[in-house]
Amino acid sequence: MQLSAADLTCRRGGRELFSGLSFSLAGGQALVVTGRNGSGKSSLLRLVAGLLRAEGGRIGLEGGDPEASIGEQAHYLGHQDALKPSLTVQENLRFWSAYLGPAEKKPEHALERLGLSELADLPAAYLSAGQRRRLSLARLITVHRPLWLLDEPASPLDAEGQVRLAELMQLHLTRGGLILAAAHGSIGLADAQELKLGAVP
Amino acid sequence: MAITELANPSRFLAVVQPILPWLTAAAALMLGLGVGQALFVAPDDYQQGATVKIMFLHVPSAWLGMFCWALMSVAALGTLVWRHPLADVAGKAAAPIGAAFTLLCLITGALWGRPMWGTYWVWDARLTSVLILFLLYLGVIALWRTVEDPSRAARAAAILTLVGAVNLPIIKFSVDWWNTLHQPASVFRLAGSAIHPAILTPLIVVAIAFMLLFVTLHLAAMRNEILRRRVRTLQLMQAERAAE
Amino acid sequence: MSALFALFVRDVRLAIRVGGGAWMGVLFFLIVVALIPFALGPDNALLRRIGPAILWLGALLASLLTLDQLFADDREDGSLDLILMGSAPLQLAILAKAFAHWLTAGLPLVIAAPLLGIFFNIDLWSMAAVALTLLAGTPALTFLGLIGAALAAALRRGGLLVPVLILPLTIPVLIFGVAASNAAIVGPLPFGTPFTILCALSLASLVVGPVAAAAALKHAD
Repeated sequence: MQLSAADLTCRRGGRELFSGLSFSLAGGQALVVTGRNGSGKSSLLRLVAGLLRAEGGRIGLEGGDPEASIGEQAHYLGHQDALKPSLTVQENLRFWSAYLGPAEKKPEHALERLGLSELADLPAAYLSAGQRRRLSLARLITVHRPLWLLDEPASPLDAEGQVRLAELMQLHLTRGGLILAAAHGSIGLADAQELKLGAVP
Repeated sequence: MAITELANPSRFLAVVQPILPWLTAAAALMLGLGVGQALFVAPDDYQQGATVKIMFLHVPSAWLGMFCWALMSVAALGTLVWRHPLADVAGKAAAPIGAAFTLLCLITGALWGRPMWGTYWVWDARLTSVLILFLLYLGVIALWRTVEDPSRAARAAAILTLVGAVNLPIIKFSVDWWNTLHQPASVFRLAGSAIHPAILTPLIVVAIAFMLLFVTLHLAAMRNEILRRRVRTLQLMQAERAAE
Repeated sequence: MSALFALFVRDVRLAIRVGGGAWMGVLFFLIVVALIPFALGPDNALLRRIGPAILWLGALLASLLTLDQLFADDREDGSLDLILMGSAPLQLAILAKAFAHWLTAGLPLVIAAPLLGIFFNIDLWSMAAVALTLLAGTPALTFLGLIGAALAAALRRGGLLVPVLILPLTIPVLIFGVAASNAAIVGPLPFGTPFTILCALSLASLVVGPVAAAAALKHAD
């Protein structure tokens, strides 16, 4: 499986964020997008997810399901965690695994992997930022989607959470998955390639 | 025991738990007695026939509907002025019960009005002001239901309750201030009651029964609310512990 | 559990939990309808004549005012992004949300309407007819309201924008809803004609609403 982007141009609010951007990413590989604030890291991820439209260029996922869009084969972890405070931890996860499904793992297993089993019946409103982020990560492992688009995945996590995140990403890569992440610093993957945005003014 | 000692929610629970069954029994007994008297002992009205007996439910539920808001107003003062730890629990627990009595008053009134006035509803000052009381109850309940954090909802609900208390004297004196279809007060009057003892006695018994019923429901609802808040606190602590 | 059903169940749950708006609409309806006699005075004959129109207006305002958060909440917490990335067609996902909204906000209005009819001295059979017109017509209000809710979410503007955008579109529904109600109560026109048109409006908006809302949401960014 290969994700390739050619000659991408993105314009937001009348300002050109990047143009002529090309990269490719094969199964089992991770690419970390870096750059200063406002350089278009998040926009690039949203563009790949199909949540934004590119001004120019094209993106393709070879070897995937030809019927489905890239967005349907990707997990997107944005700045918000897409959780409803009045639903319990379990209800939140069950909903996303049914909606994004078919589920590959039982939601209970995913909660256990992320150390959230004890909190399964609590309303999501009571969770801390780090716990909320872990709950969103549980979504990534209940439903299998080959491409992970992670926007600053580690930022609200504590040290232990970051270790778990690194484990999950490593496992995803060994199973032939692809990871495109936006980050300021390292995200704990040893052999990730780096794509620097905004380097050339 | 001084009332101030009950301020502690744990102490409150310890006192309330054992007396609740007794209160329930007393309320049921009085209600059975009162309704029995109303149905079988009290005479039919020479004009209204047996229809008049709906009064035995209508009048006490109207009293309770108003009393409950008065109690909520005191609780609201407790929340705002004295910062009493149980005041907002009392206010929150009372609202649905008061709404139920007010609704009962409206329903029995409509059923009584149909044969007497030929219509279920007239836009008369007494009826309208009771309807406003019911809407105010629903507003307070909606407010409590909208905000998840009880301590934040408490002050807002207390302010709303105190403002709504303006309606109580309007209801009470509506029959005197405006020329209404609803009959004027006949039980509580300076010149003495205008009701025959054969009707007055069952009415008083039902009123006492309703009062007991209210106290029982209110204490039970307060207990439930305290327990609900404890569950919430425990859950919050659990989430915090897991974060460490 | 299929994706769309899961979305439907989630939205129903959100509406009835603490902080959900399921009962607000019906409370608003009750208060709006109760206000009218204060403004007009207690003239029973007049109230009886305009009762159906008041009930319809109240239902119209109540169902539109509860709609403005339908997509805005999902947009704010990031859920909307994931809904867009699901395999289910967006139009159907929107439809699932619309059904959940109607069930928790529209249907209570239909159920409350006959009780409110008592305040206007409308008799039971006529009230049943008014409730039937509301049952047939409120889905149209929800589906048309979807368009406004989607535009409001896309533009990140809430509040009165939805009613301002959508109220003009609901005029046909109001006309035929009130016409059918009046036909049932005072005649002389037959009830069937306006009622059939009302049903047709609901079905047409069932198609137009989700498609237009999907277009608005997709072009949000």
